[in-house]
Amino acid sequence: MAKQLMKGNEAIGEAAIRAGATRYFAYPITPQTEVAEYLARRLPEVGGVFVQAESELGASNMIFGAASSGKRVFTSSSSPGISLMSEALSYITCAELPCVFINVCRAGPGLGGILPSQGDYFQATHASGHGDFHLIVLAPSTVQEAVEHMMTAFDLADRYRNPVMIFADGLIGQMMEPVDFEAVKSGEAVDHSSWATTGAKGRKPHIIKTLYLNPNDNEAHNVHLAEKYAGIRANEQRSELYGGLGSPELILTAFGTAARVCKTAIDVLNEQGVDIALFRPITIYPFPADALDKLSRKQHVKRLLSVEMNNGQMVEDVKLFTGNRKPIDFFGRQGGIVPSPEEVIERVRALLDGKKKPAKERPAEAK
Amino acid sequence: MAVNTVFCKPEAMTDAHTHYCPGCTHGVTHRLVAETLDELGIRERAVGVAPVGCSVLAYNYFNCDFLEAAHGRAPAFATGLKRSSPELTVFTYQGDGDLASIGTNEILHAANRGEKFTVIFINNAIYGMTGGQMAPTTLAGQVTTTSPSGRDVESAGWPIRIRELLATLRTPAYIARGSAHSPQWTIRTKQFVRKAFQYQESGTCFSLVEVLSTCPTNWGMSPTESMRWVEENMIPYYPLGELKTPDEEDASFARLTGGLEATPNGYAEKTRW
Repeated sequence: MAKQLMKGNEAIGEAAIRAGATRYFAYPITPQTEVAEYLARRLPEVGGVFVQAESELGASNMIFGAASSGKRVFTSSSSPGISLMSEALSYITCAELPCVFINVCRAGPGLGGILPSQGDYFQATHASGHGDFHLIVLAPSTVQEAVEHMMTAFDLADRYRNPVMIFADGLIGQMMEPVDFEAVKSGEAVDHSSWATTGAKGRKPHIIKTLYLNPNDNEAHNVHLAEKYAGIRANEQRSELYGGLGSPELILTAFGTAARVCKTAIDVLNEQGVDIALFRPITIYPFPADALDKLSRKQHVKRLLSVEMNNGQMVEDVKLFTGNRKPIDFFGRQGGIVPSPEEVIERVRALLDGKKKPAKERPAEAK
Repeated sequence: MAVNTVFCKPEAMTDAHTHYCPGCTHGVTHRLVAETLDELGIRERAVGVAPVGCSVLAYNYFNCDFLEAAHGRAPAFATGLKRSSPELTVFTYQGDGDLASIGTNEILHAANRGEKFTVIFINNAIYGMTGGQMAPTTLAGQVTTTSPSGRDVESAGWPIRIRELLATLRTPAYIARGSAHSPQWTIRTKQFVRKAFQYQESGTCFSLVEVLSTCPTNWGMSPTESMRWVEENMIPYYPLGELKTPDEEDASFARLTGGLEATPNGYAEKTRW
């Protein structure tokens, strides 16, 4: 099928329908509102359900109820709204309900701004709500990839009975790019009749709950969840290695929109004979630890630089999962500012010129 | 000699012993709902939503599919499920802390959207599970652990009347208040519950039955004293009866403007609202 030019938010909505997800509950918030606007128009055409909720609290808890039916359900929001959804995310993950949450991330903290950001990395990967749990988090860097991630997300949600988050940002949501919806297809919906609340006809009641008053039962459930996350970490790490001239001495680490910027910078620098490459996590949970660890052990890799649209969040995982064996620097813009390729190139050159010390630690007279 | 069964547990209830305190009317109200599910033949496609509060374990007592909701969010859970699977009969069972405090936004908007599910709302004027704190429904002057000198309406406001509040909405609905403090009103309340489910079954409207309930433990009274306390203190402020039916959708508005009498069966409404 021919590619069509579509805005990221609308393409995400269409991709969900093509993945067989026709139950959507959401509340307007910039910069993701077009997902709701698109689906308010599209879902009735395919016999789907759209409810504009009273709040993100309402929307995300409607997702709990809807996911209990065993059907494919999803919601979308942006950073402050995702914070409100953290209650439901904790409950849904505990109850092991498959569903998809989309965060078109904007700049925080607080009301912040409406421009693109990756400031919710910690929240998405480590602290989506109270208690011991994890989401599977996919981080697209193009509109096409966002569409493909939507297809994959519902399959992963069904397979693991766990919420999957699409971590986009305001740029992915707002820009228009050519999209091919046929490139990736979502699998068939899984049979959830063994647990879904479909009415206790000819069987014992199905109870979907998160209350475990007996500490032994609660611990056992937590152990069960931990085993599931271990399986996810073992099987679902996804990443991309981009650029380089054979033996890159500097590895940029970046995801989403920041990774796009890095690709441009790498194209320029590789063209000029500077051997650097990009390691791009596609899943930010599970973090692609194995591939990065292996890469960081290579002799030719002398240092790493994490480029992010926040104040240094993923860089902590980069340090953790490489055992800090090579110097690791950070460069980020915040407040809704997307770093330019020129800024990245400048920072890379400063690092390579300074070699021994990171640019930020060099004495003032050396700058 | 053949033995005829003249009374038994509804099929929609399990054999589990409830954890409710002696004299608490949760058990009675559970039974009213279970009998209704049996009588209407809807148990096998019913899904209940339990709240956070004393009835959090309701899923152990009803013999049908059940969800256990986050505090106050049962109407959002029910909305998601009923909209996704309209063939189901969905009901929430919520207390006054759950529905009238932390969950006011969810119940108000579910009612206003006209969601086709049924709400059983237990009003016992106190937080039971956490040990007797002031609820939004705690009466003026009523002593609780967080209103040790009695509810001061100057700082805590007057108790919220959920039935009256929701009845102001223009969206058609069935909204009634019953009570489990006496056999007569228990029977009448059963009729309200049955009608509420019937309105859902016919796809007519949102339905909510508020049930005045007792909390002997946290009120510090005997079960008998508690029943009397409902009659003497709660009913004058929370008058019983149907306030809104889908057949007379503007009646509630007329009442608000003083047009209709809203107090059936002898419980006069003493407070002008």
